[in-house]
Amino acid sequence: MSGVLASMIDGLLVGAVYGLAAMGLSLIWGVMDVINLTHGAMIALGMFAMYLLFGALMTNAYVLLLPVMAAGLLLGIVVYWMSVHRVVGRPMLMSLLSTFAVNMMVIGIGTAIWSTSPYNVNFSLPGITIGAYTFTGNHIAAAIGAVVIALALQLFLYHTRTGKAIRAVADNREAAELMGISTTAVLTIAFGIGIALACTSGALVSTLFPFTILSGATYQLKSFVVTILAGLGKPFGALVAGVLLGLLEGVVTPFIAVSWIPLIEFGLFVVVLVAFPQGIFGRATA
Amino acid sequence: MKNVALLASVLILLVTAGFGQQTLTVGFTESKTGALNVDSLEQYRGFELWRDQVNAAGGIKAGGKSYNIKFASYDDESNSKRVQQLYTRLILEDKADFLFSPYSSPLTATAAVVTEQYGKIMLTTGAAEGKTYTLGNHCLFQMFAPAPEYLKVALDALKTKDPKATVAFVYEDSSFSVAVVTPAKAYAQQLGINVVFTEAYAPATTDFSAIIDKVIASKATVLLGGGHYADGSTLARQLYGHKVPLKMLTLLVAPDSPQWTELGDAAVGVTVPSQWAPQSAFKAQYGPSGADFAKAYAAKYNTPPSYESAGGYASGLILQRAIEQSGGIDTAKVADALNATDITTFYGRTKFSTAANEHGLQVGHSMVLAQWQKDKSGKLVKEVVWPLAGKSANLVYPMR
Amino acid sequence: MILRRPFFWIILAIAALFLYLPLRSNDVSLREDLILIAIAIILASNLNLMIGYTGYVNFGHIVFYGLGGYIGLYLATVLGWNLVLSALMAGLAVSVCALLFGLLILRLRGAYFALATIGVLQAVQAFVANFDPWGRSTGMYLSFAVYQPLGGAMRALWLTYYLIIAVMALSMILSLAIKNSKFGLGLFAIREDEDAAVVLGVNATVYKAIIYSVSAFLPAVAGALMFYKNGMIDPSIAFEYMLSLEGIVMLMLGGQGAVMGAALGAALYEKLRSFLLTSPTLSNFHLVIAGGLLLLVVLFAPGGLIGWFYRVLPRARKVIE
Repeated sequence: MSGVLASMIDGLLVGAVYGLAAMGLSLIWGVMDVINLTHGAMIALGMFAMYLLFGALMTNAYVLLLPVMAAGLLLGIVVYWMSVHRVVGRPMLMSLLSTFAVNMMVIGIGTAIWSTSPYNVNFSLPGITIGAYTFTGNHIAAAIGAVVIALALQLFLYHTRTGKAIRAVADNREAAELMGISTTAVLTIAFGIGIALACTSGALVSTLFPFTILSGATYQLKSFVVTILAGLGKPFGALVAGVLLGLLEGVVTPFIAVSWIPLIEFGLFVVVLVAFPQGIFGRATA
Repeated sequence: MKNVALLASVLILLVTAGFGQQTLTVGFTESKTGALNVDSLEQYRGFELWRDQVNAAGGIKAGGKSYNIKFASYDDESNSKRVQQLYTRLILEDKADFLFSPYSSPLTATAAVVTEQYGKIMLTTGAAEGKTYTLGNHCLFQMFAPAPEYLKVALDALKTKDPKATVAFVYEDSSFSVAVVTPAKAYAQQLGINVVFTEAYAPATTDFSAIIDKVIASKATVLLGGGHYADGSTLARQLYGHKVPLKMLTLLVAPDSPQWTELGDAAVGVTVPSQWAPQSAFKAQYGPSGADFAKAYAAKYNTPPSYESAGGYASGLILQRAIEQSGGIDTAKVADALNATDITTFYGRTKFSTAANEHGLQVGHSMVLAQWQKDKSGKLVKEVVWPLAGKSANLVYPMR
Repeated sequence: MILRRPFFWIILAIAALFLYLPLRSNDVSLREDLILIAIAIILASNLNLMIGYTGYVNFGHIVFYGLGGYIGLYLATVLGWNLVLSALMAGLAVSVCALLFGLLILRLRGAYFALATIGVLQAVQAFVANFDPWGRSTGMYLSFAVYQPLGGAMRALWLTYYLIIAVMALSMILSLAIKNSKFGLGLFAIREDEDAAVVLGVNATVYKAIIYSVSAFLPAVAGALMFYKNGMIDPSIAFEYMLSLEGIVMLMLGGQGAVMGAALGAALYEKLRSFLLTSPTLSNFHLVIAGGLLLLVVLFAPGGLIGWFYRVLPRARKVIE
């Protein structure tokens, strides 16, 4: 196993989680044209939720994903009613600011409770060793979790009534209203799912490294990059774009210092924004 | 009746003034929160133990007066912008007479800008980077041995054990670690040791997989580097998780903390360059002996002192001595006394450089290399393994 | 023409107050408080040119401040230039960069533009953190002797204060001048309906690029001065994403679009933040309170304080701009 290949596999694993994190952002943006600036804070909350549940129950951390997802859904519904409902349909700046305001509040409360000292979820699954390289079990489990959830979301959106309703509202809200779909209910659920996805991705990475309430910020930025790469509203596209981003990181790191990666990613981000406004795979939105 | 009370209070005031009980304010910030909180707490405890012991003995006695020590401190949240604002506040509003540094080189460098702007004395501890002292200061005094000393002890030990080892430097891209690794690389080459990989990681890095893969690809058998507790402990944990075949792992700062044992198996065999170890048996010309210090510290905090705590306590001790020598708390006179200091305490020899281009740099203090080893009962203990003259155990090589 | 606007004189009076108050009693502590407020006003006023006047949300505004700080510090220390010259040159350099970048990203609309500005901020921060001549992650530290030509540290700090107040006054005057000019009308037209404006003959691309570049100049100058005063700079304090966002909060709080709105929002928010940060019980809640305030303003009073004030006293519109 060569160093480059090992690095690419590591990149793939970490990219799956980037993709999952981005899915929530992409869904919300695609359905209601709202850029959710609480995204990062929600990811961090997912990390802490896992920390608390694991501390209390001491079971396999990955089993605890389900309660975290459920909690995320509820949280999303609350946040929607608090800050998004009134500003859906109004200029983009309003929803940017209202979600940003909620983000500040969540970070403030999180800092008050947990401070900015690092926390750990000390749970390890055995890894897989190939030659000189070991791929940690936690990384593998996170990637598998991401793919499974992405598939589940895809099934949900395309094969259930609620899923179809969500896609209808994303396509054309007024027409959906006319068809008898309660758009408020749909928007609420869609937002809830978006947050649930964010929290779950946070929970998945909580076992990988020490985190604070501010750790969601890097994932939020990567989510933006991935969402722009994938185009809006196609959650599975977000997963693929996330994996590609991770792969890019994996391919590049053996050759240059790791500290150049953010520059490359953001450079790419700006270039894609300017050159491919619809994203590399996506469809155009207003 | 009121007149009697008034007279009584005036008399009491005169009497206490006559006894000359004054207050001395020492200002500093601690990183109560943020990535540096573990190391900063140990430093703070050193300060606190010194203050409590001195006040219990009646305060610092100088020039016929007794000075009761009062601390003014804030939480800098491990953030340099906060440090600037808070040190300004400590000087202007809390009217601190003297300052101690925050913990860590970058925060100390920031604080130094403020203390120099206002012409106040600051004793720095927990800060080994030497560049700050080359900027033309008048009132900075460094307690730690400077950064270039850190990995010298590890490389000297390695040279005797395994001169053919291949070395990787993986370190935090911040002033302290850079100041340690740059001269260390040159020293390694001087000793003829083969350096196969060098890379710095951004300070907030939490996932080292990419760098670890590169270390494996380089076939290094020894890794030197790290930074502070948060990144150092994570790096150690992830190196262990990736089963990297290292024969020696020397990390800065992190393994010196008593919290290191929380890493379990990942903690065994790791070496750390240390500013002080309880086994160091210096003959103290001033202040308590090493054994007394360690005992008092353990009694108060239920944990053995780390070298950050020793540095904190020693800062207070040296400041105290300078105040006693100068007969008061006048900044210029105390600065002169500090410049003239050349003394051995439990902490080792302390002497500050007075050359204009490196004023305040610590030139008397030297370092040891410590290693976490399992004792006969399987418990993890920290032993001094280098220099050979002062060691308490042999270096375990390969480490696992 | 601008001298006829009563608000011009109000701006000068405010600047005079900022100069007089700390000087009167040689109150260094007050000066430190006021300088933070002045910086907040500079950042908010210039941000207002993009958000309030042109309707383009710039999330990465702080990049101008940070870059100005780096360039200014580099010129003043490594090349040994005079402070004022370094600051002006920094402002110029950053404006030129902004013009070039602006031409690239200003073809984006709405949320995409906002995201692109975040991308620019992060990319610049990542670049600087890898750039050797500027100290990489460690940053640059001024030699303590650098204040000697200005007469020592104490005098240098006061001098920097005066210069920053001057920049503050200039920021507000600049906002006022643009608001009352034909150029400003073009910007407002772009804000209201860009396509219609283009049809009516407003060269939107050029106007947007110019205002983006102009909005970069004074923050860069302020950055050079402020980091000179601070004696050091590193990527984490130069490019604080949170500061960028707080600039937007200040604008919303005070009332975007109005010159006084930016200044008022900045002053109030900065005061609130200082108070919260040093109060032992509340320091953790500064973000919660700030966030809560912003939420209330966005949901219920999007015109901010000035919007409310204008409604209560419509005649004030002519005087307080």
